[in-house]
Amino acid sequence: MKHTIKELEDIASQIRRDIVRMVHGCQSGHPGASLGCADFFTALYFEVLNHKTDFTMEGKGEDLFFLSNGHISPVWYSTLAHAGYFDKSELATFRKLDSRLQGHPTTHEHLPGIRIASGSLGQGLSVAIGAALAKKLNGDHSHIFALLGDGELQEGQNWEAAMFAPFNKVDHLIASVDYNGQQIDGPTSKVLALDDLQAKFEAFGWHVINTDGNDMQAIVEGLHYAKTLTGKGKPILNLMSTQMGAGVDYMVGSHKWHGTAPNDEQLASALAQLPETLGDY
Amino acid sequence: MKKYTYTEKKDTRSGFGAGLHEAGKKNENVVALCADLVGSLKMDAFIKDFPERFTQVGIAEANMIGIAAGMTIGGKIPFTGTFANFSTGRVYDQIRQSVAYSNKNVKICASHAGLTLGEDGATHQILEDIGLMKMLPGMVVINPCDYNQTKAATMAIAEYEGPVYLRFGRPVIPVFTDPDQKFEIGKAWMVNEGTDVTIIATGHMVWKAIEAGEKLAELGIDAEIINIHTIKPLDDEAILKSVKKTGCVVTCEEHNKFGGLGESVARLLTTELPTPQEFVATNDTFGESGTPDQLMSKYGLDAVNIVEAVQKVIGRKKA
Ligand SMILES: Cc1ncc(C[n+]2csc(CCOP(=O)(O)OP(=O)(O)O)c2C)c(N)n1
Repeated sequence: MKHTIKELEDIASQIRRDIVRMVHGCQSGHPGASLGCADFFTALYFEVLNHKTDFTMEGKGEDLFFLSNGHISPVWYSTLAHAGYFDKSELATFRKLDSRLQGHPTTHEHLPGIRIASGSLGQGLSVAIGAALAKKLNGDHSHIFALLGDGELQEGQNWEAAMFAPFNKVDHLIASVDYNGQQIDGPTSKVLALDDLQAKFEAFGWHVINTDGNDMQAIVEGLHYAKTLTGKGKPILNLMSTQMGAGVDYMVGSHKWHGTAPNDEQLASALAQLPETLGDY
Repeated sequence: MKKYTYTEKKDTRSGFGAGLHEAGKKNENVVALCADLVGSLKMDAFIKDFPERFTQVGIAEANMIGIAAGMTIGGKIPFTGTFANFSTGRVYDQIRQSVAYSNKNVKICASHAGLTLGEDGATHQILEDIGLMKMLPGMVVINPCDYNQTKAATMAIAEYEGPVYLRFGRPVIPVFTDPDQKFEIGKAWMVNEGTDVTIIATGHMVWKAIEAGEKLAELGIDAEIINIHTIKPLDDEAILKSVKKTGCVVTCEEHNKFGGLGESVARLLTTELPTPQEFVATNDTFGESGTPDQLMSKYGLDAVNIVEAVQKVIGRKKA
């Protein structure tokens, strides 16, 4: 371990502060699943991912990460800043005119750490597979990580990708699902139920593991374990249960906070729950 | 310059929601489908009164278009709802084959079109949808200009038989058209009669054209302003009649200059009545995050840009 669990939790707390401040600062954006995935991003970038912060598009010899549910950009931007990809002061420009921190991640503005645009849902798994195929052709045995929303899995392209990856033995791929059970119009179970995702992915030929995405120890161990499963002919799916809004009591578990910005009072209440550990931007 | 005033600002998507509700009351064959954006599309009133005629398809736009096409076979009049990007580019071949080529009575209703979607940024701000949709044979393309016109258009397309693309937006803007207007598909609306230049505007740009018309009047320029809400079929007659009188034209749209209303007008004029034309449109670019007002200004879609284009095109007329 590069960090203790406590150190990682402290990083996640700062990222959560950044998320609510960023979304509050422009009065738009998506706090709910950003907060829910703060532990995952911390574990990935500070513990699991083999990566360099002097960014290159190809990332030769590095593990690559793709965010398919691009609306949770705040958690990614904050993570990239604290990991050293760019100065955290830039977080203040989120969603504002002339910013590199677009509402949804983009390569158009050349923000270090981003390799493809996302925001229109359902496309990231295919891209991750493509990047994995290229690495294979290049003789590079690094890992490809991807994160997908659970509601996002309703997009059919995911299932085209899900069929492709095992058939083509894309086995350095670790895709995680942010399994928070919520989407815009309500709980996923009411909008269009995903039912037994584990059985579905297993039927397609994936190796499925389950993790608790809001338990730092569990998510670090889960991602390390996932790495040990690669190279064995199957892609890995990490079904990661999270809480929308994790870390901010009034946001927890409700789809209402999928894409709503807190007001001043709500911001103060959120920040009171989240210790400032690395210094606010 | 005719005086236009407004007492309130509303979003055109709310006009769609109200029109859908009315259309639903009038005709029990009207059904609605949505891909996890019920609130954004303002479908709540329809869903409340006609829950059995509403289908939530989840985040699956291609499936939604296919299901809608299928429902027409049972005599239903499906209105699909999602953002403009996911209503067009995302599902282009589904629309092309199952709706347009098959001539199915599907109403593709698209919110959050253009730059005024704002902070979400370029992934969501489609500026190519008018072009995509107008290229499909048989597709009617409508881009209304305020709450009242959007409501009227929504009710009108329910009564029209055939595929329609209805484009509207996110921000609140002035409500300045008649609440009881009769919406005629394919019929231009004369906003202001004038003699020096024809300004042809669609969607959110119509109010900006009115603002520009007032500034131009102060400069002694008498602008004719035409609202083209139906980009296809285009009201050739109204445009030709006006341009014959004024001798120059400025087209205004919240869309790429490639493929939009401006090109439709240019195609008409170049074959029937070659005329100097200037385009107020985005210039082959993606958008970005920002407030709607900031973006309209940065990308050259404000009243001042219309005024400048008018001055330029009048200069070309004299030359
Ligand atoms: C193709 C497409 N359709 C619709 C949307 C609008 N949209 C953005 S996020 C979202 C819900 C996503 O649900 P989920 O993946 O569960 O993410 P969470 O709510 O957990 O953040 C929708 C419908 C989109 N961005 N892209």
